[in-house]
Amino acid sequence: MRRIISILMENEPGALSRVVALFSQRGYNIETLTVAPTEDPTLSRLTMTTTGDEYKIEQITKHLNKLIEVVKLVDLTEGAHIEREIMLMKIKATGAQRAEVKRTVDIFRGQIVDVTATVYTVQLTGTTDKLEAFINAIGETQVLEVVRSGVSGIARGEKVLSL
Amino acid sequence: MEMLSGADMVVRALQEEGVEYIFGYPGGSVLHIYDALFKQDKVSHILVRHEQAATHAADGYARATGKPGVVMVTSGPGATNAITGLATAFMDSIPMIVLSGQVRSDWIGDDAFQETDMIGVSRPVVKHSFMVRDPKDIPEIFKKAFYIATTGRPGPVLIDIPKDHTAPNKTFPYEYPKKVKLRSYAPVTRGHSGQIRKAVEELLKAKRPVIYSGGGVVQGEASEALTKLARKLNFPVTNTLMGLGAYPGTDRQFLGMLGMHGTYEANMAMHSADVILAAGARLDDRVTNNTKKFCPGAKLIHIDIDPASISKNVAAHIPIVGPVQQVLDEMLSMLDEQDNEPDHKALERWWQEIDGWREFHGLRYETNESGPMKPQQVVEALYKATEGKAYVTSDVGQHQMFAAQFYKFDSPRQWINSGGLGTMGFGLPAAMGVQFAFPDAVVACVTGEGSIQMNIQELSTCLQYGLPVKIININNQALGMVRQWQDMQYGGRHSQSYMESLPDFVKLAESYGHVGIKVEKFEDLEGAMNEAFALKDRLVFMDIYVDPTEHVYPMHIADGAMRDMWLSKTERT
Repeated sequence: MRRIISILMENEPGALSRVVALFSQRGYNIETLTVAPTEDPTLSRLTMTTTGDEYKIEQITKHLNKLIEVVKLVDLTEGAHIEREIMLMKIKATGAQRAEVKRTVDIFRGQIVDVTATVYTVQLTGTTDKLEAFINAIGETQVLEVVRSGVSGIARGEKVLSL
Repeated sequence: MEMLSGADMVVRALQEEGVEYIFGYPGGSVLHIYDALFKQDKVSHILVRHEQAATHAADGYARATGKPGVVMVTSGPGATNAITGLATAFMDSIPMIVLSGQVRSDWIGDDAFQETDMIGVSRPVVKHSFMVRDPKDIPEIFKKAFYIATTGRPGPVLIDIPKDHTAPNKTFPYEYPKKVKLRSYAPVTRGHSGQIRKAVEELLKAKRPVIYSGGGVVQGEASEALTKLARKLNFPVTNTLMGLGAYPGTDRQFLGMLGMHGTYEANMAMHSADVILAAGARLDDRVTNNTKKFCPGAKLIHIDIDPASISKNVAAHIPIVGPVQQVLDEMLSMLDEQDNEPDHKALERWWQEIDGWREFHGLRYETNESGPMKPQQVVEALYKATEGKAYVTSDVGQHQMFAAQFYKFDSPRQWINSGGLGTMGFGLPAAMGVQFAFPDAVVACVTGEGSIQMNIQELSTCLQYGLPVKIININNQALGMVRQWQDMQYGGRHSQSYMESLPDFVKLAESYGHVGIKVEKFEDLEGAMNEAFALKDRLVFMDIYVDPTEHVYPMHIADGAMRDMWLSKTERT
């Protein structure tokens, strides 16, 4: 099962490498990983997606919690949550394709952020599913380059991950 | 405020932490610190002959005293030589501080002479690590390092210090913090009372209970609580390799060690149990055999300070995260408050069954009067010569298992071995650490001709500091445990498991300035042991030749249940 684990950790050199190393040491997968400082500059917020059964996820969260730099941790997928990923994509756009690509971008509520005679650069935000659906709709042959941010997430409602 | 150089701060911090000994080896990156050490006499530096031995000596000191062992090594090879010792301490949750020198901070990343990314190399085998980025941080880093190493589930902590941050000509304000502030680290200090009550109810209902206790009981100073609880309930107790001594080895309720080379009665009792109280043990693969077949009828109550150890290998029915001593004490007071009694009738039947298993096997082995000596006889003779009171360190292999089986440890911290990592070369340096901690104690290192050669250079350190360690070299002229597996699983093909060109250990010991005694016949064994232990102020190297074909039994049959064992070369359950 896919899980989104969100971590507040000390914004210190070496902290990220400990988190990443833990996954390879213990044979867990990281599918996406995104990290940046929070409004409190001493803390970083790290979001990762991983897969595993309940047992594996329990082990992952326990071992993450053991890391000295990890301050707080939540498995967002345990409750209602919002997840977003941002994607930048260069798409071949020539001839009749230009209009077609533009229409598809509109349907997915994406934005064309740069244009040349043959290429559109598109920005799209959404869940992982939505981004994948867009890539499929455009068709692999049209896609020149894809950059994805990895998943960021936050709980719905009044629940807050902070100190 | 007082102004000190980085190097002086390091030494002062060690003094503040009450460090008696620091085991180490000098080199370029730590020379400023060595100079600062030279100018004081509160912390004694012990010069080893190889950095690996420094870590094991500090480890032995820590295991014997409960205080953190401290090590100092230089950058590059000095640091990487300490890795095996860090990993050994990490696997067995031993509190340790390793200070490693690092090249000048402005050279880091340039592949400078003797540069290694020690933070990176050590990452998987430390509880935590610090890189000193500013000399001003040294006091706080040391305070945190000692705190982290010794609290919660203990473990080794590394502090990497670039050379320029210890320069004697640059001084900084020094104040040693009184308290540690760590918002992200708060080890559990109490077990959940509701869970503890549930566990007590389960214990009182039990008809076939077993207490299975591990290294956590030794580390967590819970031996007294465990013994009280077991006696109050009249429950059988088995210890892991790491837990030996936590419950008196000579007590009637003690079943011996469990697991791969555990006793028949311990493994049978575990398999047949209806309730297992696992205290400070982590259900590792050397204990459980195949976890799918592990103790099928048992409810598992699992006490551990580390939540990640619970339900890692075997799911616990009643998990209790907390310090094992506090949890056991709370169990005891719950038992007292209601005047609760266990099921005495069922326990009587259970003990009858256990006694039957004991009688059936009870660690029997064959002796042959005209043939070679048996390794088991050596451990029995050692037990007798030391009246069961020695600190026994061991290396890794058959001799380790024989020592664990046949030396009956009555006190915690008396048995010191590398359980989790299984580090050959551990025994002699660990014995040095124990001897430093307790200069008047009898310290024996049970080893083999394979293991001892992995840190034999420490005979020189023993001479320098006059350490009267007794080395019991159970010499079977083979890498015995490897050979046993090759006999059992590889058709007797002894690939690289025998030792050609063994040194003359007696002469070797003598050349290092010690006493060597060679024993080849069983009838000479007792006399030789007494002679060796009578030499109270000398290191004695006993080179004892034993039967090279002997195997350790019982032995779990791979992938079976706890009860599936080889009992001798020909009998199995």
